[in-house]
Amino acid sequence: MSDGKITGNEGFAIEIGGMPILLRTRDTCFRQLLSDRYAGFVSDLAIPELEFDIDLVEPSTEIEADDDVQVRKEGGGWLLQRGDFQAQWDTSCGRGQVRQSRNPYAIDSLLRIIHTLILAKRGGFLVHAASAVRGERAFLFAGVSGAGKTTISRLAPSDATLLSDEISYVRRERDSYLSCGTPFAGELARVGENKSAALRALFFLDKGPENRIEPLESGEAVRLLLRNILFFAEDEELVRLVFQSACEFVERVPVSRLTFVPDQRVWDLIR
Amino acid sequence: MSEKYIARSSAIAARMLGSEMMIMSAADSTFFTLNEVATAIWQAADGRTPLSEIVAGKICEEFEIDPGVATRDAEQFVDELSQHGILLVSEQPILNPSSAPPPEEL
Repeated sequence: MSDGKITGNEGFAIEIGGMPILLRTRDTCFRQLLSDRYAGFVSDLAIPELEFDIDLVEPSTEIEADDDVQVRKEGGGWLLQRGDFQAQWDTSCGRGQVRQSRNPYAIDSLLRIIHTLILAKRGGFLVHAASAVRGERAFLFAGVSGAGKTTISRLAPSDATLLSDEISYVRRERDSYLSCGTPFAGELARVGENKSAALRALFFLDKGPENRIEPLESGEAVRLLLRNILFFAEDEELVRLVFQSACEFVERVPVSRLTFVPDQRVWDLIR
Repeated sequence: MSEKYIARSSAIAARMLGSEMMIMSAADSTFFTLNEVATAIWQAADGRTPLSEIVAGKICEEFEIDPGVATRDAEQFVDELSQHGILLVSEQPILNPSSAPPPEEL
């Protein structure tokens, strides 16, 4: 892991969840901007699984329009686009091109989409959840906006390592799961630690008058999990894979509802 | 009144978890959790067995439900799932159910 220095001539790898993606741009200022933005996740040792060339363009109505995310198969790869970027990814050779403005958040969105596509084929997923490691075990705290992801992250004790306060990374490892840190920050605007740990439990958050944990039935757990998994592709095969991943996750990881009072005592239950 | 035949669509993902069958439309990601009775209808939806026969043989007999109530509930269930393309419905036997997945195929 580097301290954010640019490595190589025009590119550097951002490694999230153990998956390095090489980004190349000839614009040294933008390269430094990205390198600083992803500082804890820049790797100068990793052999990239994917490579993207970034082509910076001036803001225009063509690329700045506030469009929704579109992710679809086209030719031998994927076409990914939103208002502020357009990308093509040739899956046969693992290379792609991105046209975007200087907005670093465009790359953030691109990385999220790419990771969702790769994880879908490997039994993992990105999920709207805060996550933290405590006692060498990872815990996920899922929920829609307002459920308490930021609150529970802010209340985390000093012996907990925050992996993310917004988007958590779940990787399948045979019959278990790893939760990995991400640079995808939420309201805390704090990048997660680039660490990982075996996943112990998934909690769906709910604020209430007392702290309590209630196990969820499988059907309810799958339904809630699917609602919180990030997925953008218009592709039936991948939808099936995500469904399969959610079901297999629920069979292997305890899923509960965590009702909590917003103070530090809730963390007494998280062990 | 004409017979109704039902078959599982191939554009779905389904899985049994505990005692519940979970089904998701691959086309629009609609998600359903089926109870035991609905699961029995789902598993019997082979395209060849009339719905009335499924209700009489699988539902009324195994779950001891009044035939009138069972028929009404089954019709409602089939209508809802067919609206999302999860079940195929026809007045004729559906002769190519091979394209449909077995009850628990993902």
